Amino acid sequence: MSRKRTQALGWPRLLGRGLLTLGAVAFLIVFLLLPLSVVFVEAFRQGACAFFDAIGQDEARSAIWLTVLVAAIAVPVNLVFGVAAAWVMARFEFTGKSLLGAFIDLPFSVSPVVSGLVYVLLFGAQGWFGPWLEAHGVSVIFAVPGLVLATMFITLPFVARELIPLMQAQGDEEEEAARVLGANGWQMFFRVTLPNIRWALLYGVLLCNARAMGEFGAVSVVSGHIRGLTTTIPLEVEMRYNEYDYVGAFAVASLLALLALLTLAIRIALEWRYGDELAAHAPGGR
Amino acid sequence: MTLELTRINRRFSDYPALNDVSLSIAPGEFLALLGPSGSGKTTLLRILAGLDYPESGRVEFNGKDFLAAAPRERNVGLVFQHYALFRHLTVAENVAFGLRVRSRRMRPKRAEIDARVEQLLKRVQLDGFGKRYPSQLSGGQRQRVALARALAVEPDLLLLDEPFGALDAQVRVALRRWLRRLHEELGLTTVFVTHDQEEALELADRIAVMNRGRIEQVGTPREIYQRPATPFVCEFIGKANRLALRREDERFVAGGWTFAADPWMGEHAQAIAYVRPEHLTLSTEPVPGAWRARLRHVYLAGSVAHLELDVAALDHALEADIAGEDLARMGLHAGDGLYVSPSHAVIFPLDRDGRPIAGDRWLWRAGMATTPTRLPLRRSEVELDAHRVDGGIQR
Repeated sequence: MSRKRTQALGWPRLLGRGLLTLGAVAFLIVFLLLPLSVVFVEAFRQGACAFFDAIGQDEARSAIWLTVLVAAIAVPVNLVFGVAAAWVMARFEFTGKSLLGAFIDLPFSVSPVVSGLVYVLLFGAQGWFGPWLEAHGVSVIFAVPGLVLATMFITLPFVARELIPLMQAQGDEEEEAARVLGANGWQMFFRVTLPNIRWALLYGVLLCNARAMGEFGAVSVVSGHIRGLTTTIPLEVEMRYNEYDYVGAFAVASLLALLALLTLAIRIALEWRYGDELAAHAPGGR
Repeated sequence: MTLELTRINRRFSDYPALNDVSLSIAPGEFLALLGPSGSGKTTLLRILAGLDYPESGRVEFNGKDFLAAAPRERNVGLVFQHYALFRHLTVAENVAFGLRVRSRRMRPKRAEIDARVEQLLKRVQLDGFGKRYPSQLSGGQRQRVALARALAVEPDLLLLDEPFGALDAQVRVALRRWLRRLHEELGLTTVFVTHDQEEALELADRIAVMNRGRIEQVGTPREIYQRPATPFVCEFIGKANRLALRREDERFVAGGWTFAADPWMGEHAQAIAYVRPEHLTLSTEPVPGAWRARLRHVYLAGSVAHLELDVAALDHALEADIAGEDLARMGLHAGDGLYVSPSHAVIFPLDRDGRPIAGDRWLWRAGMATTPTRLPLRRSEVELDAHRVDGGIQR
């Protein structure tokens, strides 16, 4: 009797579960796995030689170099800003704190094209500061500084958003303990604060870097698309695609896809390590 | 190494966390800050550690201005309620932290640090645990690591914030005794915060009872228990029966029982008396003036019996404690009739609105001289015999 009942209840449920699983897997394949593999398939459509030719061209090389340069400036700046902002948000109570939180999130909510346009308005030839800067021999828009500024703006929230919840959860007792034990500010930061947030920080930096290298919208507005001078990898991909150079476009795109996969791999490794660490080092009795 | 706190005030947005607090702590003293949560005791401790600052007031240690010094310059050891061990460091690294962050000139040599760590871990009975991480220790072990870490810098002052708060009852009692012995060995001036009166009464040389940002009374555990200075202390420390008194001519009465005097010469019409459960005298024979009571319930807790008594004349119940063997001797059972009278009471006058008047108190005792003793009369007060002696039973 009872067995019959569980069976009667069991199979529709089982079917439902199966269908849901199937649906989820199909969704993942169509929307994530397929596009990613298309990138690599298209990149190697005409063989490895064509792929390496496409990557080895001067424009491609300069785009890679420029992307790395932009990330190398934007990521460290946002690392420092992110840690400082997270510190302020997690450790202090002050008026306007929620406003600061909203400002940190602003780049997430503003369309990248708009953020790019803002920089054009500020530093462009007809912008507020553009003529003055031009007169002093500094060009921001359609030059590397503009790319760096736009990228910094877009990637600003990544590190801070990763750290704030963690630092709030950890509290400041360990830092207070360090101070009472005689540590000065720097010792407290490097010996207590930083080790406690290192994995979350690394994760935030990875996300920040992936976005810095992959940003298109804002960068596209301020770049001016000067080949070999102000094109980053995503811009180079678009330009090649518009020129019907599909293999070239996908070859360069595959570099970004590789970066994404690498980020993902490190992220998984981190979560494996970091989750473990969080569980093992969680203070009892809290 | 006298620690002198003078008129400390600290406000948190709108409510005063500390209100004009003054306190003097003698060298080598073990002082408890005892009070309910929100009474300001932790704030006071944090001010001593340099993690919080008062709006006004002075803190002097050995004549040196403590408030002008950063936490790292004060040379205090602080043990947090939740230990605050560095989770990414091993036990040995935790203990060595305070030595390693010293400037090169002040820092002991590596071998010296290792030796000191080893010695401290032995002292807190954790030798062999140096390579473990805090997460691999029990609560009591973490607590002792926190203590070793605080002691490593050889502090002049040891501060403990609810040191046993997060531990289970058995570990708590064991660790309490151990801490008391450690204090006797080291002779270090120690201030600890607790909301557990039993802990404070057992451990401390002196107790400062705090309530709503004020110190209600400072004294030895015995003083606090036997001569409470305020109604709050009466209610917070130990158990006490509360009786409303009315003045009739030149004496105070409560439901037929007479406290035969009026120390205030007719100034106050009402008063409130606190009588400890062990200060109620029970008798099966009629006693002149005593309340007639009915025994509602007996709770026998080990060697002591807690009796719940219905007293019709007081329209509320009284609680009396007697020794378990006396209970057996008197052959008392629930429902029996009894005669109850107080042997000691602490009486506070009330103003017209029924609020206690600060700083005035009458330590009443059965059969005392007609001239009553009042506060502040510390010296001339009738010294009570060792406490709980007078809870005797009349037959």
